[in-house]
Amino acid sequence: MIETARPAASAEAGPLLKIKGLRKHFPVSTSWFRRSRSFVHAVDGISFELAQGESFGLVGESGCGKTTTGKLLIRLTDPTDGHIIFDDGTGAPTDIATLKGKSLKAFRRKAQMIFQDPYESMNPRRTIFDTVAEPLQVQKIGSPLERLDWVSRMLELVGLTPPRTFLFRYPHELSGGQRQRVAIARALVVEPTFVVADEPTSMLDVSIRTGVMSLMEELADRLGISYLYITHDLAVARYMCSRIAVMYLGKIVEVGETEALLRHPQHPYTQALLSAVPVPDPTVTRPPVRIAGGVSLPVDPPARCRFYDRCPLADEFCRTHDQPPLEDKGGGQFVACYKV
Amino acid sequence: MSEQPVLEVEDLTMHYTTRAGTVRAVDGVSFSVARGQALGLVGESGCGKSSIALTLLKLLPENARIVGGKVLIDGTDIVPLSEEELRAYRWDRISMVFQAAMNSLNPVYRVGEQIIEALELHVASAREESLERVRQLYDLVGLDPGFISRYPHEYSGGMKQRAIIAMALACEPDLIIADEPTTALDVIVQDRILREMRNIQAALAMSMIYISHDMAVIAEVSDVVGIMYAGKIVEMGGTTEVFKHPIHPYTRALMSAFPSVTGERHELMMLAGEPPNLLDPPPGCRFHPRCPYATDECRTEEPPTVRRGEHWATCWNPPEA
Repeated sequence: MIETARPAASAEAGPLLKIKGLRKHFPVSTSWFRRSRSFVHAVDGISFELAQGESFGLVGESGCGKTTTGKLLIRLTDPTDGHIIFDDGTGAPTDIATLKGKSLKAFRRKAQMIFQDPYESMNPRRTIFDTVAEPLQVQKIGSPLERLDWVSRMLELVGLTPPRTFLFRYPHELSGGQRQRVAIARALVVEPTFVVADEPTSMLDVSIRTGVMSLMEELADRLGISYLYITHDLAVARYMCSRIAVMYLGKIVEVGETEALLRHPQHPYTQALLSAVPVPDPTVTRPPVRIAGGVSLPVDPPARCRFYDRCPLADEFCRTHDQPPLEDKGGGQFVACYKV
Repeated sequence: MSEQPVLEVEDLTMHYTTRAGTVRAVDGVSFSVARGQALGLVGESGCGKSSIALTLLKLLPENARIVGGKVLIDGTDIVPLSEEELRAYRWDRISMVFQAAMNSLNPVYRVGEQIIEALELHVASAREESLERVRQLYDLVGLDPGFISRYPHEYSGGMKQRAIIAMALACEPDLIIADEPTTALDVIVQDRILREMRNIQAALAMSMIYISHDMAVIAEVSDVVGIMYAGKIVEMGGTTEVFKHPIHPYTRALMSAFPSVTGERHELMMLAGEPPNLLDPPPGCRFHPRCPYATDECRTEEPPTVRRGEHWATCWNPPEA
């Protein structure tokens, strides 16, 4: 059973991650031979901190840049600009944005990713043992016998018991819930301190999902892992995250403690997003959602607020000024809007 | 309701024959849909909810066989009908919005042409009339008629879904079956499309069957809801009744495992085990291996129907409310 979201780690320890002005622009190709002059601003200057042991939620609609942010934080993709300062207390703080070669490989032991689709993210020709042991092989950790022992213990930890009945089976023999447990085991086998979980439960059925969610929480507590939890589902984020950041077209528009943000959303986009979530109670009638249009691709967007075109509050001031910065609204809530 | 229901399903059973054996996908399912009513069928992957939709329209793959039961449309059983005879019912009386239907538009034809083609197969009319009808349909589903002559890749996901809904509405059917109509869409688009579908349904006094895994969507769009588990409907009744006073232990587990962004932050229940394999479903009540209230009779005998007025469930030991 999932009880409560973990409280943010104590303030004495410095943040595990300090993200400053992080940017990722993808070129839009117009011709094979010409250099691209247009760019999709997938992640466009975001800054936030992730505390030790915290589970930080990144929510937003498809195309808002949440997955790209996740990939940047563990350097599965290279940033265009910005800093990602990683400090787990074991060495000097390092800027992940500029890591290369050996130090990048060493960082991969500390940061791992769990992907959305347990059907697509595993090689169908490799056994569960091969899949979970792969990070150990890559990092040259342990002898083959030790690896067998570690993988077995890992499978036990994620609830695939007894491990020997799973070790030499193939992904197709497992259910979706079991596969996602294998994916968790694979991410955690190198004992990382930071894990990016990209929609880890969105492919799972309700009756299976709670089990995987509480497993992730339990392991974070036991092994001292911090999560960046990426999801489009605010209800799931409510249960998994101590803080939530809402992204819109490459920008963070609001950050806050989970319950406070869900109860008193301040940015007009957060308000719209929340009011659009269906409620599993037929006696509740939701008010209509107050925004116009749809999400577009942020190709060379103007400097003004990204939400301007759809915003019910937008006026001349918003049109003529740059994207508003995140402002402290008290109680740990930050909002990027001139009208709040 | 004294009026004859638009659709009556009686003891419908459908099996798939696979190399591994017979899959009992739909197992003795009965329900009816009144005119203007929205029925929601909710269940997890592999519970047979999409198979029911395919069976109702007899759009079954070759290895599927309707083993028993009736599908009555205005009192006529369509199960024994030939493909030719079915054409009078399919699309004209019942149409369907498939799961991920937006990917079923042909990318090399203009969207409007695809709707006209569907129209002309069923209603003989002049091209001008068809085009006018498509314009009306675009208005109805909230699409700009200027997009009629555009190609699918020029549409967003939400717009494609609207075009598919327009196509389903083309022949003014009495009933539309919508199988996960908004599953691939973002919440804001989902909200808008579901609101529009409800408005259209009310305006045309149409009946709907919504099929979804999402309890919250079903709670919002349905008048009556059926909870499916392992090929059977295990509980059915008015939506408020079922959500507020569930009888079946599976329904209760689903409700308490489903997170919500509003209301108190209740603990999420964890349900042990996984849904059964329909190649070899457990004897007795299909839910007994996962049920905290299971007794010996649950393991061997089919459960009886417990009734509270129109609201019913199949269970040996319905837990006290």
